[in-house]
Amino acid sequence: MTIDQGGTTDGPSAGAGTAAAPSAAPPLDDHEALHDEETPADIALVSAAPDVLADSLGEYLKAWAKRIRNGESGALPIVLGLVVIIIIFQVQQSKFLSAGNIVNLLVQAAFFVTLGVGETFALILSEIDLSVGFVAGIGATITLALLSPSYGWPWWAAVIVGLLACAFIGAFQGLLITRLHLPSFVVTLASLLGLGGVLIFLFDSFKGTVGGVISLPTSGPLYNLVNGNMSAAASWIVLVVAVGLYALVTITRNTRRRAQGLSAPPLSITLATIAVAGVAGALLVIVCNVNRGNLVPLKGVPWVIPLVLLLVVLWTLFLGKTRTGRYMYAIGASPEAARRAGIRVQWIRTVAFTLSAFTAGLGGLVFASRLGSISVGYDGSTYVLYAIAAAVIGGASLFGGYGKPVHALLGGVLIAAVVNGLALIGVSTAGEEIATSLVLLAAVTVDSIVRRRGSTT
Amino acid sequence: MTTEGSEPDGPPLIELRGVKKSFGAVQAVNGVDLKVLKGKVTALVGDNGAGKSSLIKTISGLWEQDAGEILWEGKPVRLRSPKDSEALGITTIYQDLALCDNLDIVQNMFLGHEVLRHLTLDEASMEITAKRILAELEVTTVRSVRQPVASLSGGQRQSVAVAKAVMAQAKLVIMDEPTAALGVSQTAQVLALVKRLASNGVTVLMISHNLIDVFEVADQIAILRLGRIVTEGPIDTFDSSVVVDYMTTGRSERALAGDTSGNGSAQ
Repeated sequence: MTIDQGGTTDGPSAGAGTAAAPSAAPPLDDHEALHDEETPADIALVSAAPDVLADSLGEYLKAWAKRIRNGESGALPIVLGLVVIIIIFQVQQSKFLSAGNIVNLLVQAAFFVTLGVGETFALILSEIDLSVGFVAGIGATITLALLSPSYGWPWWAAVIVGLLACAFIGAFQGLLITRLHLPSFVVTLASLLGLGGVLIFLFDSFKGTVGGVISLPTSGPLYNLVNGNMSAAASWIVLVVAVGLYALVTITRNTRRRAQGLSAPPLSITLATIAVAGVAGALLVIVCNVNRGNLVPLKGVPWVIPLVLLLVVLWTLFLGKTRTGRYMYAIGASPEAARRAGIRVQWIRTVAFTLSAFTAGLGGLVFASRLGSISVGYDGSTYVLYAIAAAVIGGASLFGGYGKPVHALLGGVLIAAVVNGLALIGVSTAGEEIATSLVLLAAVTVDSIVRRRGSTT
Repeated sequence: MTTEGSEPDGPPLIELRGVKKSFGAVQAVNGVDLKVLKGKVTALVGDNGAGKSSLIKTISGLWEQDAGEILWEGKPVRLRSPKDSEALGITTIYQDLALCDNLDIVQNMFLGHEVLRHLTLDEASMEITAKRILAELEVTTVRSVRQPVASLSGGQRQSVAVAKAVMAQAKLVIMDEPTAALGVSQTAQVLALVKRLASNGVTVLMISHNLIDVFEVADQIAILRLGRIVTEGPIDTFDSSVVVDYMTTGRSERALAGDTSGNGSAQ
């Protein structure tokens, strides 16, 4: 069990076989929930949301429609694309929307999402980070090696050291890029090539590798990140607290804005948003709590799902609510304007590459937890492309200045849906890769056409 | 117009004496004497290559002059970096405006000077301040201060850049060809903005090619030719043919009657 085909593939078939009772709940709902959870932190972000332009419901809807027409369609195309993809796969293979497969798909997505969120930091700055795939692998390898009986570190210490190693690699790349004025493409491409070698070196050096594989002890918290499930009661409590907090923050902020004479979204919209978030979250919890085990009962929300959502919320708040985050967007659009505004451009760039690598390290932990091991055949160069694809499909711009963690979330889920669905209907690897590339092209094309209309320059 | 009384007598807000700047063999600024009076709009005109840009970059602190001195409110100052200039209250609005297209008006106005509350950005208070400043400048054409700058017209962008300068409590706003890329109505908007800035007590040094604009808003004019100020004085002692003469030949036979500054500082 612990070896699990050497971890060389992220094959969707790895756990897809856990058929379970079909469920009526489409996975789309939890994507909508995720999207809604973005809203509280999102308000003050990149462009004017309709809620800051309108007070009444009618005005709000008008502003929203206008915004879409102007090319600020936000997450709409990707959500629609997701619906289409889900319908196609569901028609082909009725197991696609089974509770077991939905949970499997979301767990698969967690890795793409986390790597994509890391990549988003680089994309916002109009840079690219090609190293996130292998950085994730290296962090996971260090952590798993330290956890193995040969070293026997406590889990938290092993995790911290693994993540620090990732952050260090990111900071080092950032320094090369900013101090030596090297293009990020070249520096991180060098990392992509070099870190693959470092990974092999680590496997040769560490004790505790068996046939090029380091297994994860099956009892620890790291193993339970993906393989452990919340109890039904716990998941409902978390959901209620999360939605309640969201409602509290949104309503308080809107009330304060109105008191100060500023525009705020109408209460009806706020309540509707909260309701949608609550319903979608509830559907997610219900689907996860359907028994998806074959022989032994298996149910509950895997821990990784709320934790990845928490990561997305935290990074969204960081980017939207702090100076450092604001400066990242400013630098991505115009480094010159940022410099003249007194922003320490090179420092912020270094921070972004550090955060990118750190977040990738978290992705590596998700990956290793899912497979229960990490192997020397870890394919970091493919995963980085999925990460970039996730962020870009979700709506981050390769030209800098735009992009939010929620984009990587949507894109990651979409990629996972494609990968998972194609494997489920038995398409060959060749077909799978071609289909993924077509989805990427389609998403970027839509984005480019839609966004080109939105600007006066 | 609180500065009315001090206008003839008080020291100029900024004064340049014999300022020189060369780049290798090229003498870009060749001994400039210039007085920018408080609360006035001074137009700096000159043909291409006359040294206008080099001169304002010197005042903005992008580089220090090779020779000569700069006096701020009568006291000698050294402007070695943009920060030195900024500390005195000098804001330069370059032609490219230095705005971030992806950020909204409020975010651009506060870029680098964000207000924090509980360690996070205080959007509400920034929005209120931004609205107040735009209202003071009578910028009424923008629908919402939360519009991204990418969606604004050229004149509106110029307004945002000016509002940013006002917010930084600039005493001297240097504008580099503010109307160069604008249409007729947008130009009128920006010129009105310049006047309002001056009536709020902010001193403006405006670089322009467009003599119609200059005669529309400027109180003072200084004409630069080959790195020197060939003449300066109140705008009403000039007309455009005289200005063109000075710009092209450095002298004018057609000085208006009663012109006291005449060829005063030429050669």
